[in-house]
Amino acid sequence: MKRRSLPYLLIAPAVIFLVVLFFIPLVQTIALAFETKSGLGIGNFARMADDLNFHDSLVNTFRFVGLAVPLQLAAAMGMAMMLRHLGRGRDLVLWIWTIPLGLSDLAAGLVWLALLNDRGYLASLLYALGVVSEPQSWLTYETPIALFVAVVIAEFWRATAIVVVILVAGLQLVPKEFGEAASVFGASPWRIFTRVTLPLMKPSIQSALILRTVLAFEAFAVVIAIGGRNFPVLVSEAYTWQNFNQEPSVAAAYAVVVMVLSLAATVLWLKLLRTPEEQRA
Amino acid sequence: MTGKRALYLTGVAVICAWVLVPLWLLAANALGGQPVISAWPKPLIPSAFSFETMLEFLAIEGVFRAMLIGFEVALLCTFFSVLLGLPAGYALARYSFRGANAFRLMVLLTRAFPVGILALPLTVGFIRLGLYDTPLGIALMHTALALPFAVLVSASLFQAIPRELEEAAWVFGCSPLQAALRVVMPLALPGVSAVAIFAFVISWNEVFAASVLSARNRTLTAYLLAMLSESPLTYQFAGALLLIVPSVLFIYLVRKRLFAMWGIASR
Repeated sequence: MKRRSLPYLLIAPAVIFLVVLFFIPLVQTIALAFETKSGLGIGNFARMADDLNFHDSLVNTFRFVGLAVPLQLAAAMGMAMMLRHLGRGRDLVLWIWTIPLGLSDLAAGLVWLALLNDRGYLASLLYALGVVSEPQSWLTYETPIALFVAVVIAEFWRATAIVVVILVAGLQLVPKEFGEAASVFGASPWRIFTRVTLPLMKPSIQSALILRTVLAFEAFAVVIAIGGRNFPVLVSEAYTWQNFNQEPSVAAAYAVVVMVLSLAATVLWLKLLRTPEEQRA
Repeated sequence: MTGKRALYLTGVAVICAWVLVPLWLLAANALGGQPVISAWPKPLIPSAFSFETMLEFLAIEGVFRAMLIGFEVALLCTFFSVLLGLPAGYALARYSFRGANAFRLMVLLTRAFPVGILALPLTVGFIRLGLYDTPLGIALMHTALALPFAVLVSASLFQAIPRELEEAAWVFGCSPLQAALRVVMPLALPGVSAVAIFAFVISWNEVFAASVLSARNRTLTAYLLAMLSESPLTYQFAGALLLIVPSVLFIYLVRKRLFAMWGIASR
């Protein structure tokens, strides 16, 4: 009897912890978002939608996630394939490539602020090349496209590393013999990549996409570090409503929107990249 | 060396530079102080290096304290994640019990949600419990982020240690607890330390929950975020360097285990 209850005793602390600090806050967030002075309703969502910044933050969030995540996946895939052909020095290269993994989005934002501010290194480089003649301010609301590009670059620079790690880990599970066999039958490297490697990597691509999409929906410090309030995203608005406007229920409404989007993205990746049981590597 | 190989190696080097040069330039800005920051056009190789700006920044009211609080929160988060995560991981690895899959699913489910945002409704409850604006409160929230990872990785760690070793210890008269602590733990220790370091980095870097759950006792990330709009660039860059250095060191420590860990945690 004691032996049978042992595993439950071992998981109990973790279960209780996750219930108290994950599931209850999850329900509370939803409750808070639907709670208004006149009972349950969508009042907070209406206030959120009426806010001038809501539309911008929604569009910005989609643009940001929609551009940063595919770029990261493509680059990480290339980097993972490059690592396969590296002999000596592979460990060093791997370490360098994965350094950004340990950085916060706040730090990454500030790193790129140093490069892209009006007297930054990019402006200096362009000056040296004779393209511009004076300091350039391109991180303001007057230059929305440049600001957007800067934010995407910072996120791309930082978070590609985690995708590389997941893909390299997945690639290690793909037997080299499959590719060799295909090459014996005369398949070109590109064909081997698209027909053999890529399908076998589907599970790791899937988990990388889930992780990155959820985290990209959540990124906000990078946006504030580079653009202040000039490039609002959903989570930065939630932060503003909570900490500056002192309106937790509108902040919660934003949080619910972010949660629904994250969950929808997760379901989408699970469906789109489903691997039937018998095909798993 | 063929041309193709040279092109390939150039590519590898370019990506290394893409990662390192921005870090180097940030350090140059953080250590160079105002003269470097206002220089126009900037020399690509910075002229001056001194720790003056850094010391100046650390002397600002609250900066050093925020760093200490950040450390405290991260250490607490590490402690909780390991304390709760290891037993759960051990149970998943060693026992087959009803509900094991449900538990696994519960842990995985947390990944579909932006967990940091869940700090929003916690403020009220935390104020009531006296946890609001305390390192312990922030650390608890951060543990919700790090715990799922700790559970999954430690489960696979224990799976990799042969059960026979433990059984042999039982035969020689160890209790199951003694066997787990004296035989399994030493073998699992390198992996466990990697889990701990990762929990530390997750907490050290977290911005949203730390900002929402604190007012005066801010972690370094929350402090930096709050003062972004009113502080000069010198201090912003100095703060960023302060954030980056511990993370880079820690990632260096776990670099060998990174792939094994993520291969597992993302399956």
